Amino acid sequence: MNFYLLTLIKMALTILVLLTCCAYAVWVERKVLAHIQLRPGPYRVGPHGLLQPLADLIKLLTKEGILPPYANPFFYLLAPFLAVALALSAIVVIPFTPEFELFGVRTAIGLTDLNIGILFLLALSSLGVYGIAIGGWASNNKYSLMGSLRSSAQMVSYELPLAMAIASPLLLMNSLNLREIAELQNGFYFGFLPRWNIFAAPAPQMLAFLIFLTAAFAETNRVPFDLPEAESELVAGFHTEYSSMMFASFFMAEYANIITICCVATVLFLGGWHPLWPSAYGSDLVPVVLLAGAGLMLLFHAAQAVRRRKWDRFTFPVFGVALLGLAPVFLVPALKLVLIPFFWFVAKAGFLVFVFIWIRGTLPRYRYDQLMRFAWTFLFPLAVANLLVTGLVVALAG
Amino acid sequence: MNPTDTALDSGLQEMAPEAAGAPRRMVLNMGPQHPSTHGVLRVILELDGEIVTKAQPDIGFLHTGIEKQAEALGWQQVVTLTDRMDYLANLSNNLAYSLSVEKLLGLEIPPKAQWMRVLLAELARINSHAVWLGTHALDLGAMTVFFYCFREREDLLRIFEMFSGQRMMTSYIRIGGLALEPPRGWDRAVRNFIRGLPEKVDEYEALLKENPIFLRRTQGVAAVPLERLLDLGVTGPMIRAAGLGWDIRKAEPYSSYEQFDFQIPVQQEGDVYARFLVRLEEMRQSARIVEQAIDGMPEGPWRADAPHVLLPDREKMKTQMEALIYHFKVVTEGMRVPAGEAYAPVESPRGEIGFYVVSDGGAQPWRVFMRTPSFGNLQSLAEMFEGRLIADTIAALGSMDFVLGDVDR
Repeated sequence: MNFYLLTLIKMALTILVLLTCCAYAVWVERKVLAHIQLRPGPYRVGPHGLLQPLADLIKLLTKEGILPPYANPFFYLLAPFLAVALALSAIVVIPFTPEFELFGVRTAIGLTDLNIGILFLLALSSLGVYGIAIGGWASNNKYSLMGSLRSSAQMVSYELPLAMAIASPLLLMNSLNLREIAELQNGFYFGFLPRWNIFAAPAPQMLAFLIFLTAAFAETNRVPFDLPEAESELVAGFHTEYSSMMFASFFMAEYANIITICCVATVLFLGGWHPLWPSAYGSDLVPVVLLAGAGLMLLFHAAQAVRRRKWDRFTFPVFGVALLGLAPVFLVPALKLVLIPFFWFVAKAGFLVFVFIWIRGTLPRYRYDQLMRFAWTFLFPLAVANLLVTGLVVALAG
Repeated sequence: MNPTDTALDSGLQEMAPEAAGAPRRMVLNMGPQHPSTHGVLRVILELDGEIVTKAQPDIGFLHTGIEKQAEALGWQQVVTLTDRMDYLANLSNNLAYSLSVEKLLGLEIPPKAQWMRVLLAELARINSHAVWLGTHALDLGAMTVFFYCFREREDLLRIFEMFSGQRMMTSYIRIGGLALEPPRGWDRAVRNFIRGLPEKVDEYEALLKENPIFLRRTQGVAAVPLERLLDLGVTGPMIRAAGLGWDIRKAEPYSSYEQFDFQIPVQQEGDVYARFLVRLEEMRQSARIVEQAIDGMPEGPWRADAPHVLLPDREKMKTQMEALIYHFKVVTEGMRVPAGEAYAPVESPRGEIGFYVVSDGGAQPWRVFMRTPSFGNLQSLAEMFEGRLIADTIAALGSMDFVLGDVDR
């Protein structure tokens, strides 16, 4: 009984946290891009634009959802639903922390513990293309159609190097279960280099990671592979005709996909929840130091007499005290077992999300044919070669 | 039926069943409401998959009637209309129009005004190229360059505002000289900006020049042979990128350009990347010219001594009767230009801009015809598009650097 109750609670929490993360990923993206581009970004709604995602949500919810007269209504409405449902459901197999006891049930942060977690993820990401393909086709708009055609071809092509790149850590770990894969990356080479797959022998598992990341950019339709929605060519690509929450669904699906794929990369290559250096050297103190440092910095700035904005005089001390209050939580022995791993997981995934945004602020966009050539003549052979070498080494060593 | 309808119909008919033997093609109506057509250009594309088999530009969505309107305004008033044609390099337009009318009037422009005109025209060139680079890079997906370029543009607009009180529609170069006396401290403001510029151009280069994705998107794309470009009447950076070092500033120097030391960048390939290189180098050369203009700015009056054309000084009006009479005549009758016709070309950021001005001796132009670079450059659109991918059309459009106000006028 406890198990079912706990699972229900966890489901509700997961969806809530994931949707909030999606909304704030947009905020972070806008802020990071803005600072790359010499501007402040969202600044008006709430302190430093922190309530901007809420404002956007209210705006999108209250907009009129327009059904174009020549669209196929059933598929037109099905597509955003499909996209967002598939994107959101992929998160269920991600293990965020090691297992712990709660109310006499052995559990962990993370919904389920599928023994074929990787296959489930690959299946979902293959299905994800349907939302886009159907949406573009059903809109009955030439730009949408071209966007969805490009996107189908792109996602199908990049699925292969993605799967190949995933296969090599699987060979090393000999498991399809994401929790086991994360747990097996425990420990350190030479006492300091973490035993993550990215550092694992045969030497360049880094290569597999880079192939995975590149393919992930294409899978999530991000710059430099954002051709399906290349705004300068195809207006808005496959979602040109969508408005209101239907548009928001596609948008949400994109960010949910980014978050999921960053989590997958963290589990597969970056050692899941394992810290960057041994706790003997104080890696457990990192969250405490970070939070306390941020809190003190905010308090310091709040104490400066001249603040440019009236808001900051109020919000800086509040946030400062909140962060300072949060810091010692990571020192409580009972919570420490869960929170420290969780912190490391979120930190790694968050860094990858930042990389996604960083790339967007830096690179131009590929052309369609160049994109396909890149996938088939460079990325795919490279992934195959990497897999062969890894397989050989595993066969010889194991 | 208006002409745009027939254009679309002729495009659609090619998809009709009677042409069943021919392969079926999709007709895509790109624009006038499209994020990358830089204004309201409409291009009817015939597509085979993603490859453009036929492209037909359709202009006129920004028709303002400036050419006709000019006949109903006073000579000096037309300057304000020229601002509104090519709104990114309005000072070049002002200059071209003023030079034509001054030719008819036979006015001698004092050196300070001439140098000031050169300085402002070059600042306008930097401004226009900054906007071009920003939007071009944005079209190719590199959105950060856009904000860097607009940072420079903002500085320039502040300088223009300092000179004229306006950011874009400055109308600062007038018949007979300048509109106002240059403001105090202009040299410091301009020098501050121009000193920092080469570094900023290096910054754009760092982001794009050797970026492999940018190279793939631009090298070998939309190249048209030089002879063909000349046949079509293309001028400016586009022909300089195709190997012809033709620049009116050097070929037929005006407004004392012969006294400045600068180079004309030339590239041979004629593709989008060559145009990018040429324009970047032009920004650097413009900075050089501006620096020389600040250093060697001659002293003296900032407009011609021509009481029958320009309003006299306020001081003189109060003490000299002739001045008061001239003032009365110029204000009530407008300035009169002797009958005749004149054409004076100027190298605008986009190419050769010239005003063919005809006067019947009255207070209004009898005819003002504009030879605008954007219109000429747009002629090469179909040749650049055909046989290429849709993504290339965006790169090609950006590299043409047209302003629709300049095309339609």
